[in-house]
Amino acid sequence: MPDASQPLVTVRDLHIGAVTDSGRQVEIIKGVSFDIRPGEFVALIGESGSGKTTIALSLMGYCRPGCSIAGGTVTLDGRDVTAMSEADRAELRGTEVSYVPQSAAAAFNPSKRIMDQVVEITGIHRLMPRAEAEAKAVSLFRALALPQPETIGRRYPHQVSGGQLQRLAAAMALIGGPKLVIFDEPTTALDVTTQIEVLRAFKAVVQKGGVSGVYVSHDLAVVAQIADRIIVLKGGEIQEENTTPKILTEARHPYTRALLAAVDPVPHQPRSIAGLQPRPPILEAIDLHAGYGTFQNGEPAVKVLKNINFRLERGRNLGVIGESGSGKSTLARAVSGILPPYRGAVLLDGHELDGDLKERRKEDLRRMQIVFQLADTALNPAQTVGSILARPLKFYHGLRGAARDARVDALLDMVHLPAALKYRLPRELSGGQKQRVNLARALAAEPELILCDEITSALDTVVAAAILKLLEELQSELNLSYMFISHDLSTVEAICDDVLVMYKGEVVEELPAARMSAEAAHPYSKLLISSVPQIDPGWLDSLDQDPELLAAFSRR
Amino acid sequence: MPKPMFLSPARHGFRFNWAGRIGLAIVLLWGAVALVGPLITPYPVGEIVDWDYFGPMSQKFLLGTDYLGRDMLSRILMGARYTVGISLAAVTIACSVGVVLGMIAAVVGGIFDMGLSRLLDAINGIPGLLFGLVVVAAVGSSLTVLILTLATIYMPGAYRFARSLAVNVNTMDFVTVARARGERTPYLIAREIFPNILGPVLADLGVRFVFIVLVLSGLSFLGLGVQPPNADWGALVRENIGALSFGAPAVVFPSLAIASLTISMNLFIDNLPTRIRDRSA
Repeated sequence: MPDASQPLVTVRDLHIGAVTDSGRQVEIIKGVSFDIRPGEFVALIGESGSGKTTIALSLMGYCRPGCSIAGGTVTLDGRDVTAMSEADRAELRGTEVSYVPQSAAAAFNPSKRIMDQVVEITGIHRLMPRAEAEAKAVSLFRALALPQPETIGRRYPHQVSGGQLQRLAAAMALIGGPKLVIFDEPTTALDVTTQIEVLRAFKAVVQKGGVSGVYVSHDLAVVAQIADRIIVLKGGEIQEENTTPKILTEARHPYTRALLAAVDPVPHQPRSIAGLQPRPPILEAIDLHAGYGTFQNGEPAVKVLKNINFRLERGRNLGVIGESGSGKSTLARAVSGILPPYRGAVLLDGHELDGDLKERRKEDLRRMQIVFQLADTALNPAQTVGSILARPLKFYHGLRGAARDARVDALLDMVHLPAALKYRLPRELSGGQKQRVNLARALAAEPELILCDEITSALDTVVAAAILKLLEELQSELNLSYMFISHDLSTVEAICDDVLVMYKGEVVEELPAARMSAEAAHPYSKLLISSVPQIDPGWLDSLDQDPELLAAFSRR
Repeated sequence: MPKPMFLSPARHGFRFNWAGRIGLAIVLLWGAVALVGPLITPYPVGEIVDWDYFGPMSQKFLLGTDYLGRDMLSRILMGARYTVGISLAAVTIACSVGVVLGMIAAVVGGIFDMGLSRLLDAINGIPGLLFGLVVVAAVGSSLTVLILTLATIYMPGAYRFARSLAVNVNTMDFVTVARARGERTPYLIAREIFPNILGPVLADLGVRFVFIVLVLSGLSFLGLGVQPPNADWGALVRENIGALSFGAPAVVFPSLAIASLTISMNLFIDNLPTRIRDRSA
C-alpha cells in the first residue's frame, strides 16, 4: 500500500515537442508540472489543441507518432517512465496505468467477443488464470451496473449500446488492477441520458477501488461531477489549478471564467413580434411523414418521421431536441427536400413547397438554407474559402467580378473573420473558423430561414458559445429565423423561443424554451431536461431519476 | 530556415521525395525521346547499315544491330514514339471517358448507374489480351484501331475506380449542400467531386498506363501490334527473339526500355508530391 502522503504521479517541467512535415520544430507542451495523490481524481480540461490528451498519454510514457518528450520527468509510483525502455513501459501499461479511450466503439475489435477483449490484459501480463480473470470481469461488470453481468461478455461489440460499450472499456482498463486510470473524454460521444449512467458507474468504481484517475474533457459540468481537482490547460500550459469547488466558485483565470460562462448561457430574449403585420408563418409543417428504403404502397420500408406538425413564425427560433436516433436530423432533411417526405406538406411563407428539392424553385431554395453539423465535411476541401462563398453569390444573385469579391469580404466580415482568410483552404482553418465559413455560405444566399443541424455540437464549449452569440447578432441584423436542431438543451435554451421535443420520430411535446424546465409534462422531456449536467459538484449524487423511466426511454 | 529555391517543390507547398523525382525524370526523358526521336537517331530507322546481324555493342553501333543488321539505338529511339505515344493516347481516352462516366453514375445513381455498371462489368469480364487479338484479327492493325482497342480494354476499370471514389465523395455534406442549393449534375461533378478524387485518379492513370504499355508490347510481340518496318518496343523484342540464344544486345535493350518506363512510372505514381500541411514555417 503506497504512502497516502506521497503522490502517486509526479510530473515535473514536462516538455513535449513535435516535428511538422516541413521540418519545423513545435512545442506542444510547454513545461507542465502537477501531482496526483493516491485515490485522487484529477481532471484535465481545455479546448481542442490545448494538449490535454497529449499530457494524459505521457503519463503512460506514450507519445503519438511524430511527438517526443523533449524534457522533464513523469514519475509513476516512484519510477520515472520517461527514462524507461519501451519494453519496461509495456510492462507498466495495463497493470500500473491504463487508458479508456474517447470512442469505445472504435476501440473494440468488432470480430471478437467482449469477454476475450476485456481479459486480454491478464493474459498478456500473465496476471491470473483465465477463469479467475473472467470472474473478476463479471464482478467489474456488476460494479459498473451493466445489465446481465454474467452473460454480457459473450456478446459482440455491436450487440451492446454505446453507453454500455464505454463502461465495458472501463472494465477492460480496470481488470489489471491499475493504480492510475486515464479517461480520455469517455462521455463526449454519448447522449445526455446515457452519459449520466456512465458517469455514475465510473465514479462508483473509482471510489470503491481506491484508484487514481485522470479525466480529460472539455466539458466543465461533467468534470465537476467526478473530479476532486481541476487543471485548466490552454496552449500547452497550465492556466489554473485548484480543487473543484474552488475552480467553480472563485475562478481567477479569464479562460476558466469563459468556460464557466459557456456552460450556463444567458437565456434567449424573445423578440417582440407584436405590432407587426400578421403574416403567414415562415415555415410550417403539416402532417409530415418521411423515411428511408424502398417504397411499397407509397410508404418506405423504414419510417422515421411520423405525423410532424409545427409552425415557425417569422423572426422567431424553433429548437428541436432529442437524442441520437430520434429523427431530428431527418426532420431537417425532410423540410429542406433532401429526403422528400412521402406524406404531408412543407409550407414556406404560406405556400406549399414540392417535397423533392429538384422540383423546387430556385427562389424558394434561396430563402431556406441548411447548415450542417460537421464543418469538416460540409466545406469542399479542394476549394478555397473565397470560392466556396462566391458560388452561391453567382448562383442565386448572378454576381461577378469585383462586386462578388466585395460581397465575399463583406460576408467574412459579417461572421467576424478577416478577409485574408478567403485564400485559405478549409483544412487550414480551426474548427470554429470553419463553422463560421459554413454559416457565411448560407448567409450568401440572403435567406430568410436557416436550418441549423447540430452546428455547435462538434465545437468546444467556449467556441460554441461564440457561434451562438454570432447567430443572435445576425438574427437582429438580417431578420432571420432559425430552426435549431441540437441534442444539447442549454444551447437550445440560449437561442430558441419554442422547443419541439422529439422521441422516436414523433414530436412528444412542444414548449416555450424559457419555461422548458418548469412546464415539461411528458416523461421523456422531463428525463431529458433533468439529465443535462449542472455545474454544481453535488448534482450527480443528488440527481433522482426514476430508474424504470430511464430504462424505458434509453431503449435497453 | 533557408528560403527554398524557386523550382523546388517546397516553395509551392509540396514535398516530393527522391524515388518519385527519379521516376518522373526517366518518364520525362522517354517522353522527350518520343517527341524528338527522328532528330537524334544516328541512322535511318529502316536502313540496313551493317553486314553482320545481331552485332555486338560497338563504337559505331552503341546498342548493337538487329536481325537484319539495322542500328538498335535508332530503332529503340523511334520505338519510344509508338510505345509512349499509343499508350498515352489510349490511357487518356480510357481514363477520361471512364472517370467522367463514373462520376455521372455516382451522382445520378438509380437505373442509369445500374445499367452502365453492369454493361461495363460485362466488358471487363473479357480478358484484355484476348479481346485485343480478336479485334486486331478482325479489322486489321492500324494505329487508330490499336489505340481504341486498348482504350476499350482499360476503360471499365477506370470507370469502376472513379465511381467508387465518387460514391464516397457524393455522400459528403458539401455535396448535399450544393444539391440543396439547386446545383445540377455538371457542376456537381466538375467542381465538387472531381477535385476531390483527382489524386487517386492520377495514381490510377499511372498504373493503367503501365498496364497498357505491357499489353501493347504483348500484342506487338504476338505480331498484331505496330506493323513493320515500324516497330514499338514489344515488336523489337519479337523481331529479335532469335538473339536470345546468342546473348546479343538486340533483344536485351528493348526489354530494358519497357522495364525502365514501367518501373519509373510506378516509382513516380507511388511517390506523387504531397502537400505540406504546415505552411506557417
